[in-house]
Amino acid sequence: MSAKKETAGQTILVTLILCVVCSVLVSFSAVYLKPVQEKNKKLDIKKNLLFAAKLIDSSSVTEKQIEKAYQQIETKVIDLEKGMYSDKIDPSDFDQVKAAQDPAKSKSIDPADDVAGIKKREKFSKVYLVKKEGKTDQIIFPIYGKGLWSTMYGFLSLAPDFNTIQGITFYSHGETPGLGGEIENPRWKKLWIGKKVFDDDFNVLFDILKGEVPQGVKNIDNKIDGISGATLTCNGVENSIIYWFGKDGFLKFIKNEIKSGRG
Amino acid sequence: MNFKKTILDPLFNNNPIALQILGVCSALAVTSKMETVLVMSLAVICVIALSSLSVSIIRDYIPSSIRIIVQMTIIASLVIITDQVLKAYLFETSKALSVYVGLIITNCIVMGRAEGYAMQNGPLMSFLDGIGNGIGYAIVLIFVGVFRELFGSGSLLGFQILPLASEGGWYQPNGLMLLAPSAFFLIGFFIWILRTFNKDQVEEE
Repeated sequence: MSAKKETAGQTILVTLILCVVCSVLVSFSAVYLKPVQEKNKKLDIKKNLLFAAKLIDSSSVTEKQIEKAYQQIETKVIDLEKGMYSDKIDPSDFDQVKAAQDPAKSKSIDPADDVAGIKKREKFSKVYLVKKEGKTDQIIFPIYGKGLWSTMYGFLSLAPDFNTIQGITFYSHGETPGLGGEIENPRWKKLWIGKKVFDDDFNVLFDILKGEVPQGVKNIDNKIDGISGATLTCNGVENSIIYWFGKDGFLKFIKNEIKSGRG
Repeated sequence: MNFKKTILDPLFNNNPIALQILGVCSALAVTSKMETVLVMSLAVICVIALSSLSVSIIRDYIPSSIRIIVQMTIIASLVIITDQVLKAYLFETSKALSVYVGLIITNCIVMGRAEGYAMQNGPLMSFLDGIGNGIGYAIVLIFVGVFRELFGSGSLLGFQILPLASEGGWYQPNGLMLLAPSAFFLIGFFIWILRTFNKDQVEEE
């Protein structure tokens, strides 16, 4: 370290050159790789939708298989306030997760209603219809809520009776691997299939118990086993269901659909 | 200058985690699965090697009053680029690593090598020193990762080795292994083993 480079001018010059070089490198990598990253993200969401609908069953599917299976899925946007389909927003470029953070496109949730711990939610939501021979075979709803550490994002698929669960998946969460992270466990997710979200009057009755569901318990159709070591994460999952299928969530839409006989 | 010594010394004789006790944070966080261990190790090796190389190349032009900031800028830029590459080409793993790739910036090993070695040595030696230290870090991570995944999930790299009791096998997984504190014990054991063979690493009482 010689003394000559310690002048203020030198210092500023070095800083400037360094910053320019570094920022060019960083922006170049960000811009250049963005299309690939976006594609990955979209593909990941599609994959998870297909998991929820049980249209694919292993995680080692190729991109082609995903795209092919995905053709059976039709995306629609619903207005959560009115509980009806809306054509104000084009589903193909509607970023729901972003919308939930945008003050103009979200509403804050009354703390008393906010069982899922998400504070605000988007005004519009996507739903995904799985078509089979022209008829709607499953309806997939995006759900999310706070677990123990993180917000968990997932999809829940219902049969056309809007009550029987066809599948569940979580595509983004930060729960402890091996404990809360077991919400991704295929064996646990299998337990959900055939269970019911609501009672006869459309109150959410879905319940994740602590430990195993005892034989012959009341409303056994609404209950599933908890994950050991992950009680708080399971509570979060249960609360997300309670919120999203409650009056503040998809309930209005579901009731409207059933009234109109499309259910 | 001895190339071999520069690259091999940090593996056991001067291991960044076991002897210098640097970079322990990420060693606890990412070691519950081997897959994340390997990707994380690779990312750290790249970042240390390239940051040491870049710092060494411009070491004569860095004013010493701002040298730490200059090093940080270089390291941070490299980490962002690494993160972007992982997100683009190893999406699933980068999801599992989440914030820890970004946290390579705060891994003291990277900065320690830049400040402690690359500022005084030539580009080639600094690059090799970076690789050596990266591999030293990787060795500890792999040691910890093998134990944690094998005893915590009964598998290695995702392949089931010990059939789990919950899947109809006989092995009851050890839940502690999945939690970060178990890595503390394992690193402790690693240091113990190392110092049994390398008596001069034992600190004086």
